[in-house]
Amino acid sequence: MNIETMETHSFDVLVLGSGGAGLRAAVEAASEGGVSVAVIGKSLLGKAHTVMAEGGAAASIGNLDAPDSWQTHFYDTMKSGHYINNYRTVEVFAKEAPSRVLELEQWGAVFDRTPEGLIMQRAFGGHSFRRLAHIGDRTGMELLRTLQYKAISMDIKVFQEVTVTRLLMDGSRIAGAMGYYRSDGHFVLFKAKAIVLATGGWGKLYKVTSNSWESTGDGAAMAYRIGADLKDMEMVQFHPTGMVWPPGVAGLLVTEGVRGEGGLLYNSEKERFMVRYDPERQELSTRDVVARSIFKEVQAGRGTPHGGAWLDISHKKADFIKQKLPGMYEQFLTLGDIDITKQPFEVAPTCHYQMGGVQAQAETCATTIPGLFAAGEVACGLHGANRLGGNSLADILVFGRRAGIAARDYAGALKSDVTIDESVVEAEVARVLEPFNRPDGENPYAIHEELQAVMSAHAAIVRSEDDLKVGLGKVLALQERGRRMGTSGSRVYNPGWHAVFDVENMLMLSELIIRGALERKESRGGHWRSDFPDELPEMGKWNFVHQYSADGDRVQRVPVPEMPPVLAEICARPVAPGRESAAGTSQVPPRKG
Amino acid sequence: MAEEFVLSIFRGDAEGGEEVEYHVPRIEGMVVLDAVHHVQAHDAQDLAVRWNCKAAHCGSCSAEINGMPKLMCKTRLDEYQGETVHIQPMRTFPIIKDLVTDVSWNYEVAKKIPAFNPGVAAPFHMQQWDVDRIQEFHHCIECFLCQDVCHVLRDHHEQDEYYGPRFMVKMAEFEMHPMDRADRIPQIKNEGGIGLCNVTKCCTTVCPQHIHITDNAIIPLKERVADRYYDPIRNFFRKLGGKDENAKQETPT
Ligand SMILES: Cc1cc2nc3c(=O)[nH]c(=O)nc-3n(C[C@H](O)[C@H](O)[C@H](O)COP(=O)(O)OP(=O)(O)OC[C@H]3O[C@@H](n4cnc5c(N)ncnc54)[C@H](O)[C@@H]3O)c2cc1C
Ligand code: SF4
Ligand code: SF4
Ligand code: FES
Repeated sequence: MNIETMETHSFDVLVLGSGGAGLRAAVEAASEGGVSVAVIGKSLLGKAHTVMAEGGAAASIGNLDAPDSWQTHFYDTMKSGHYINNYRTVEVFAKEAPSRVLELEQWGAVFDRTPEGLIMQRAFGGHSFRRLAHIGDRTGMELLRTLQYKAISMDIKVFQEVTVTRLLMDGSRIAGAMGYYRSDGHFVLFKAKAIVLATGGWGKLYKVTSNSWESTGDGAAMAYRIGADLKDMEMVQFHPTGMVWPPGVAGLLVTEGVRGEGGLLYNSEKERFMVRYDPERQELSTRDVVARSIFKEVQAGRGTPHGGAWLDISHKKADFIKQKLPGMYEQFLTLGDIDITKQPFEVAPTCHYQMGGVQAQAETCATTIPGLFAAGEVACGLHGANRLGGNSLADILVFGRRAGIAARDYAGALKSDVTIDESVVEAEVARVLEPFNRPDGENPYAIHEELQAVMSAHAAIVRSEDDLKVGLGKVLALQERGRRMGTSGSRVYNPGWHAVFDVENMLMLSELIIRGALERKESRGGHWRSDFPDELPEMGKWNFVHQYSADGDRVQRVPVPEMPPVLAEICARPVAPGRESAAGTSQVPPRKG
Repeated sequence: MAEEFVLSIFRGDAEGGEEVEYHVPRIEGMVVLDAVHHVQAHDAQDLAVRWNCKAAHCGSCSAEINGMPKLMCKTRLDEYQGETVHIQPMRTFPIIKDLVTDVSWNYEVAKKIPAFNPGVAAPFHMQQWDVDRIQEFHHCIECFLCQDVCHVLRDHHEQDEYYGPRFMVKMAEFEMHPMDRADRIPQIKNEGGIGLCNVTKCCTTVCPQHIHITDNAIIPLKERVADRYYDPIRNFFRKLGGKDENAKQETPT
């Protein structure tokens, strides 16, 4: 392939990913003019994974609970992250989330309203106050659609259904990216002064998952290959409530909003078991705790017929349920023949979110590679060992914007153009076409299925040294087989060919998750080791950072940044700021046993 | 119950093609998309299909199932016990391959919709009943099934004259937003081509989000157009006052 004839574009700022983080970054980068901006997604515009988010976006606007403040949001987020979060990232986040949510209203999002006519906020696990701005149970769609229409009204070039397979460097700094159009398989080369990585997570590593097909970790794997640091990879969130039955829908998310609106969890003995595991927060405990509790109940033989727990909201009025949770009502009725206004339903943990990812600075989202910025689920720093519900939608707004600003400023300050090494481009073309030379090679779908089985068995909700080591061996063996993946047919919209690269990325990230999990010899947040069941203060001082090297993954422990006294003082309080007077009583709507 | 389902899936591209039969083992609660994925994993790796969420949220997996425009992820296979399930791409849009069509025209139309234009700065004061009506329109997942079924586009190919039901819903969403200050009526009438809709309601029938596209979006917009252009009394007052006070009827509380 001749690079001269390859479709080539040049931009000041190139945003990889048209989910919430990517679109917010693009809107910001283009907001002052004078900077050329493009955004790329591997799906159609408006279909990105963000569209699935249901429950809401967390921001301490305080429309219902006036004492809420950024300090309380900070306190809750650090606590839920078990203090291995980057405190500065959390501080920026908690302070800026309210403005970002209001901005969406300004751009056309229509949130549910309070009786005073303001943005409605709902209770969610681990949040001290009612904090999640929402639109029924389709908040992500509202966020994405609003940003989508905002973006197309601006001077932003949008590439749809283009998959990027490689990031390109100019010496030690970023210089562009390469990819192909899914529709006909032709290659495209992007030169860029700055790149915002907003490619989302990698929930497709697990068999039972709430994630869309896009969540194959492409961005994290590509950044790792060119030398960016990845952090906290062992921290995978399992959402406590995925659908269980029928099997066709296993894993599909049941929003935490069901519990936020008053839904209660029972075991097969009709016991509200969460009262035992977390007497104070009960159903609204953090996800790591609720997921583990359901898992333990099932292990103890108190599971539902298909191995989960019962979730019941039928004590609420049918009209209320249909208004507050219309998507859930419909999802169960059409896919499960269950009327949730009348009967309880089965739920069990499902892989949901990646706390780990590309290490990014708090203020600028800068990664360890000059010119490469990371925001959203692909980035790491905000959530620590466990993400609070609603914090991701706020995350992608706050840090999408910040990455957009930083990328714009960085590109503006660069005097010279970037140059790209043609031989790298040629080699990448050859690599991407390779699978066609192996029409009888390994089937990528089959490798993917086996990988999911391995990760689900060895590196999921409960882990141990022995299990992880066996899992690692299997992943390495699959990586070996993965080198022989093949495809047939043409380059025209060929999902079998596309899957090869998705699976390569997942094979790589699976190894990092297991290596990280082996290093963290304790239990913390989403990471539960049956052989080290306790949270160990010594371990809480470290994050684990992964670096690519020719002879394999290098894992290093780096110290968790130490908080300045003002912030440490907030975290040290026995009750959340603003809740002092309410200690003992509950500000969240009273719940009946 | 049968142990397998029989699918007949269109395979082909712009040059042509035909349906090919596949057999898929039955799993309880399976939807059409699951079966298509099964075929992809086992029989035809290069079978082209779009999907993202498998939860009726993203609007990617639109197709015509036994002739009905539907979401594959929301269509249970048990509905077709004992029948062969024929799966075809949406017919109104040019085919790329198999079940994937070129829907880019919709994105071109989307660009013509003027952005939301509030007269004031957030936070807005709006009651739930102020927004109930427009929130219905926000349920749209842009699956383009309504565009697929609308005869103005499907049979008469008037893509250059009519934006189609999806974008009438989008226009209604902004037009009826209590805070929007843009005047959208001329565009709805002229470039938007609302007059071409003859209220057959086929779009409403296929909308997987149960949006009352015709009753709640198109008809009220048609009324606003009629008020503006064909109501002699209002026209008289507009000439007198220079401005149509009733053009935006909802005032925020
Ligand atoms: C069912 C569900 C419900 C959720 N509910 C909530 C909630 O209520 N509140 C909350 O805060 N969070 C929620 N989350 C989490 C939240 O939705 C996600 O974490 C968040 O949307 C991630 O956004 P993002 O912009 O980082 O990435 P994504 O939305 O995942 O977008 C990634 C983008 O990158 C593109 N991309 C990826 N790889 C490539 C490549 N190789 N080439 C080109 N483009 C590529 C994709 O096409 C896509 O456009 C939920 C998640 C799920 C699955
Ligand atoms: S009602 Fe109007 S928009 Fe809907 S299908 Fe019929 S002609 Fe098309
Ligand atoms: S209005 Fe309904 S049918 Fe039309 S695109 Fe939106 S969701 Fe689909
Ligand atoms: S896959 Fe998203 S609507 Fe069907």
